[in-house]
Amino acid sequence: MQKYSIFNLVKNAFSNHQNWDLAWKDPTPKEEYDVVIIGGGGHGLATAYYLAKEHNITKVAIIEKGWIGGGNVGRNTTIIRSNYMHDENGLFSEFGMDLWRKMSQDLNYNVMFSPRGIINLAHSDAQMNAYARRGNSMRLNGIDAVLLNREQVKEIIPMADFSENVRFPIFGGLMQPSAGTARHDAVAWGYARQADSMGVDIIQNCEVIGFDVSAGKINGIRTSRGNIKAKKVGLCVAGSTNILAEKLNMTLPIETHLLQACVSEPIKPVLDNVVTFGAGHFYVSQSDKGEMVMGGDLDGYNSYAQRGNLPTLQHVLTEGIAMMPFLSKLKMLRTWGGIMDMSMDGSPIIDKTHIEGLYLNCGWCYGGFKATPASGWTFAHTIAQDRVHELNAGYSLNRFSTGHLIDEKGLGTKTWIS
Amino acid sequence: MLYIKCPHCGMRPQTEFSYGGDASVKRPELNKDVSDQEWDDFVYNRKSLRGKHLELWQHISGCRQWIKVERDTATHEIFRTFKADEEVA
Repeated sequence: MQKYSIFNLVKNAFSNHQNWDLAWKDPTPKEEYDVVIIGGGGHGLATAYYLAKEHNITKVAIIEKGWIGGGNVGRNTTIIRSNYMHDENGLFSEFGMDLWRKMSQDLNYNVMFSPRGIINLAHSDAQMNAYARRGNSMRLNGIDAVLLNREQVKEIIPMADFSENVRFPIFGGLMQPSAGTARHDAVAWGYARQADSMGVDIIQNCEVIGFDVSAGKINGIRTSRGNIKAKKVGLCVAGSTNILAEKLNMTLPIETHLLQACVSEPIKPVLDNVVTFGAGHFYVSQSDKGEMVMGGDLDGYNSYAQRGNLPTLQHVLTEGIAMMPFLSKLKMLRTWGGIMDMSMDGSPIIDKTHIEGLYLNCGWCYGGFKATPASGWTFAHTIAQDRVHELNAGYSLNRFSTGHLIDEKGLGTKTWIS
Repeated sequence: MLYIKCPHCGMRPQTEFSYGGDASVKRPELNKDVSDQEWDDFVYNRKSLRGKHLELWQHISGCRQWIKVERDTATHEIFRTFKADEEVA
């Protein structure tokens, strides 16, 4: 594989950049693989990469119905954080933060990781207490957390509404200074390029139409491009999890819902951090191009549509304007939607299944993008070793029947209520 | 904007309604033994179908009645609506 470097950039400039190698090949599916990963999104690509890198398993195929990176890894708001209270979530995400910090070097691909800090705003004394508790839990797990009072928040984001008569005054906030953003497409492409270079077959435009299961063991998959034998199969299909589960006669603690995001026209730099509104569900950051990147609630009903309706967008942006009134002056540039695999306790599932050789990675709800490296790393471990790693031991499928839920927000099973 | 035909009030915008999830989920009967698996299926496990999906909505800013809506989860097309206690053929 051609290394991306300043020298290669200069060298290729002499031939008008016409002679770069393809970043990944377009192979035809082989008859058999050791591992087949279904889903060429961030998590699937990362899983294949870590299977090859950490476990020397390179007879691997990624099967993608559309094109790689066309789903949620290209549709999110690029936020990376580990500001969780529960140990399972905190330790898992903080492990991921470490992978994020090394990712550009590791992949020889600039993922533009920008640890600009995230601030969760608090709008009452009770919320400040809750944030103090969460911050303490984070620090006990080695995650950086700073509790900010109103004046400190005002110092950092003076453009927020600090006037006296607002409905939800800003009391302070909880900041994770090491959180940030990254260029989401680059993450998918970086993992794809490295996985491909180590021998992984990335097979696009290939839909899985069935599974070959006999005597409780997986033998392969049936696709629109023929049957493929596989010793092990990993499901990494986010919003399409329920569709594939139905083909396996499995019913999962997952519902598929629609989540929208949007960006404004580009403006001069105004916001250095990621900021979330604490009296509803709204988050905003500013992209390198200057666009305000915003998102919030689910549309609120089961959907596979990948495009949203306006009432939710209006509701979300009303919260945004309550927090930062200047947003009302901006023109909307783009809105889009993606389909989320909403689990019944808001936490993901990375586990084996009752079918031997079939592994499950789903339930990422609002937080799939930031989990990409840690999810790929732990899922690769789970598949390669046929046992869960301690980092994803809590993300078991049977926790719903045993009662070991990880309900970070305490929302319960109405997945569409945020 | 979705428009939902409330069987009590007629066609209304979605903003008058609140969602209630899969209407095909049945609570286990309490006067017999209920296995853990049955409770699991009632509380957590969902088919979340792509295509026709029967679901509960409440006309929260209208008559406040719960209703059933048959809606396509891929296109958002609404086919039929029913009163909560109406049997769906």
